[in-house]
Amino acid sequence: MRMKFGLAALLLSAMTSAAAAETTLRIGLQEDPDVLDPTLARTYVGRIVFASLCDKLFDINEKQEIIPQLALSHETSADGKTVTLKLRPGVKLHDGETMDAEAVKYSLERHLTMASSFRKAEISSIDKVEVVDATTVKLSLKNPFSPLIAQLADRAGMIVSPKAAKETGDKFGLKPVCAGPFKFVERVQQGRIVLDRFADYWNKDNVFVDRVVFRPITESTVRLANLKSGGLELIERALATDIKEIKADPKLRLATQIEMGYQGITLNVGNSDNGKNGPFGKDPRVQQALEAAIDREALNQVVYNGEALPGNQWISPKNAYYQEKFPVPKRDVAKAKQLLKDAGVTLPVVVDFMVPNGPDTRQLAEVVQAMAAEAGFDMKIRVTEFATSLNEAEAGRYHAYILAWSGRVDPDGNIYSFLSCTGPNNYAKYCKPETDATLAAARAASAPAERKAIYEKVTADALAAGGIIYLYHRPVIIAHTTKLEGYKQLPDGLIRLTGVKVLP
Amino acid sequence: MTAFLARRLAQILPTLLLVSVIIFLLQQLLPGDPATVLAGEERDPEVIAQIRKQYHLDQSLPVQYLYWIKGVVTGDLGESMRLKEPVSKLVAQKFPVTLQLALMAVVISLGIGITAGVVSAVYKNTIVDYAVNIVALWGISTPNFWLGIMLISLFSVHLGWLPASGYVSPFEDFWLSMKTTIMPAFVLGNAFAAVLMRHTRSAMLQAMAADYVRTARAKGLSERVVIAKHAMRNALTPVVTLGALELGTLLSGAVLTEQVFSIPGFGKLIVDSVFNRDYAVVQGVTLITATTYILLNLLADVAYVLINPRLRG
Repeated sequence: MRMKFGLAALLLSAMTSAAAAETTLRIGLQEDPDVLDPTLARTYVGRIVFASLCDKLFDINEKQEIIPQLALSHETSADGKTVTLKLRPGVKLHDGETMDAEAVKYSLERHLTMASSFRKAEISSIDKVEVVDATTVKLSLKNPFSPLIAQLADRAGMIVSPKAAKETGDKFGLKPVCAGPFKFVERVQQGRIVLDRFADYWNKDNVFVDRVVFRPITESTVRLANLKSGGLELIERALATDIKEIKADPKLRLATQIEMGYQGITLNVGNSDNGKNGPFGKDPRVQQALEAAIDREALNQVVYNGEALPGNQWISPKNAYYQEKFPVPKRDVAKAKQLLKDAGVTLPVVVDFMVPNGPDTRQLAEVVQAMAAEAGFDMKIRVTEFATSLNEAEAGRYHAYILAWSGRVDPDGNIYSFLSCTGPNNYAKYCKPETDATLAAARAASAPAERKAIYEKVTADALAAGGIIYLYHRPVIIAHTTKLEGYKQLPDGLIRLTGVKVLP
Repeated sequence: MTAFLARRLAQILPTLLLVSVIIFLLQQLLPGDPATVLAGEERDPEVIAQIRKQYHLDQSLPVQYLYWIKGVVTGDLGESMRLKEPVSKLVAQKFPVTLQLALMAVVISLGIGITAGVVSAVYKNTIVDYAVNIVALWGISTPNFWLGIMLISLFSVHLGWLPASGYVSPFEDFWLSMKTTIMPAFVLGNAFAAVLMRHTRSAMLQAMAADYVRTARAKGLSERVVIAKHAMRNALTPVVTLGALELGTLLSGAVLTEQVFSIPGFGKLIVDSVFNRDYAVVQGVTLITATTYILLNLLADVAYVLINPRLRG
C-alpha cells in the first residue's frame, strides 16, 4: 500500500512538472467566431482561429506576396485556363490521414458543391479538379482568373480531412480536422476555444506553444484589462485611443499594420428611386463636392489618433496596385462649393446619412457632418444597428452609408463586387458596362504590371462617380505582453503563431 | 386542491401557446434579414437563397411558425444558424452558468440588503441611517456597466487579486470559479441589495411600531431578541418573496454584466443571437425562460394555497 502511494506521488509530481513546462497562449478576441468549418465560415474573427487550425494551400507575407504553405508551387498554362499545383509531400492532417492530392480535390470540391458554401463564389472559376499524382493537382478553369491563387491563400485554400468531413457533414465545424499547427480540443460557445500543438505538423520545429486558448471578450476595455492583469497574453483589435496607454506600459508591446481593407462612405447613386432621385444620383459632381469637403488627415487624427493611413482608392497607397496618378486629394472647400454650384443643386444638400452603430463610426460620421456642412451639405445622421443597416442599404433606403471592407489579398477582392453591375456588395448601384468589361479583363490578365495598367482605366470614373468615397485604411492593432517573443503582424490582421514563443 | 391544480395546469397550456406566438412574432418585428446577416461580407446571392430555403425563411410566417412549434412540441428547439449547434445543447451549456451567477448575486444582495435595512431601521434618523441610505442610493444609481469596469481595474489590473473576466465551472475548479464569479455576482447583487435595503427598512419600521413588538418589549425581552426574533421575522416575509422574484429575473440572463465580464451565460447568448438574427436561439432561450417563469409562478401559487387555505375556494 505504501509503495503504491509512493508510486502515485511520484507519478503526480512527474505530471505536475510536465504541466509546468507546458506553455499556454491566451488570446482575447473581439467576438465569438461563427462555425469553424472553412466552407461555411464567414467572419473575420473566425479567420483568426483558422490561422492556427487550418493551413491553406498558400499564405501571404508582410509584403502581401503569395508564399507556399501546403502547396509548394503553382503554374498557370499559357491560355490561363489550367493551374497546376505541386503539394508539399508528407503532410499529415490532425486525424493522422495524409494531406495529399485526393484531400485537396475533396476539399476544393466540398467548397464548390456543399449547400450554403460561402467559398463557392470565390473559386467558381474552377471547372474541374483532377489528381495527377499524390502531390500534383490540376485545376481546369472555366475562364482565366488571376485572383484564384489569392483565394487559395484564404479559407478557400484550406484543406480538411476528407474522412472527418464525410463522417460529420455540415457538423464538421463542431470538431474541425485540418492540417494547421494546432488541433482542435474543445469549444464552449462564447466562452473559449482550445487548441493543442499538433505533434505531426509539417513545420513543427517552428511551433513553440503547447496550447492556445481563444477567449471572446467583446468590451475592448475589458480585453485590455485582461492583458494588463496577466489573464491574456495577446489581444486583437485594441482601440486606437488605448495605444498611448499600451506604449506606456513596460509589460506590453504593440504590433500594428495597415489593413488590406478600407473605411469608406457608400453613396447611393442608383439604388432604387430614392438613390436615382437623391442627391448623388443625378449629378456625380455632388459626390465630388462631398469628397472635396472632407479632410482625411483630420479624420485620421480624430478617429484613429493618427494611426490610420489616409487613402482615396480601394487599396492603400502602400499597395503595389495603387494608382499614383490619382493621389489622395487635399481638402478644398471652395472647390466643393463650386462643384455644388455647377451641379445646380439647392442648398443645403440634404443627405440621409446612415451610420452603423459603433464608437468609431459615430465619431467619423460627426466629423464628416461638420466638414460637409461648411461646403453646403446637411448630413442627417441616422445611427442604425448593423444588421438593419445592411437591409436598408440593400433596399436603397439611404443616401450615404458608412461602410468598411475588411480587404482581400488580390485587388479584385476590393473592387469587383462593389463596382461591377451585378456585384453583391454594390449597394451604390453604380453600373457602367465599360467598367464591367475592364474589371473582367483585369481578372483574366495575370502579370501584375499588366493588371495595374488595366485598373488604371477604371480609376478615374470609379473615384469621380463610383458611389464610394474611400477615406482611410485602418490600423490593425494587436497588443501583447512582453512574455511573447517573435510575434509578427501581417496586414490581414490574422494572428499567426509559428515562430512565437511564450517566455516563462 | 386537486381541482385547483388541474385548473391551473389547464391554464398553462394556452398561456404557453400564446407566449410562443408572441415570441415568434416579436422576433419577426426586428428589421434585418437573418440570411443576409449570416452571409456577412460573403454576399453570394445563391448562398443567401440557399440559407433562406434551409431554414424555411422563404416560407410564409404561419408556415415558419408551424415548423418551429412542431419541433418544440417534439422536444427539438431547432439549430443555431450561426454555430450549427442544437439550441437545446446551448441552453444546457448556459443554464448552469447563469444559475450560479444568479444564486450568488441573490445571496450577496440578501446579505447586504437585509443587514443594511435592519441596521438603518434600528438606528432610524441617526447618522448611521443616513449613511446607509446614501450608500444604498449610490448602489441603485450606479450603472452595472461602469461598476464592473471599475472593479476590474481595481481588483484585476491594480491589485491582481481576481481574474478580469471569464468563467470557470465550480466542478472544474471550485476556488477559481468563485474568483471568476465574485465580481460579476457583486455587480449584479449590488443594485438589488439597495432595493432590498429600502424594503427591509420600511418593513422593519412598520414591524417595530406594531403591537406585538410593544408587547415583547413590555415582557422585558432584550432589544436584540425583540429585533431579531419578533420584528425581523415578520418584516422579512415580503423581502424574501422579493428576493425569489429577483432570482427569476436574473435567470433570464444579466445582459450587461455578462457582457462586461465575458461570462458565457444566457444574457450573452441572447445578445449575440439578437445581433446575428439567430432566430432559433432567441426563440428557444426566450421560450425556456418564459416556461420557467410560468412554472415558478405556479409553484408560488400552490405554496400560497398550502399556507393559506382561504385561497382554495
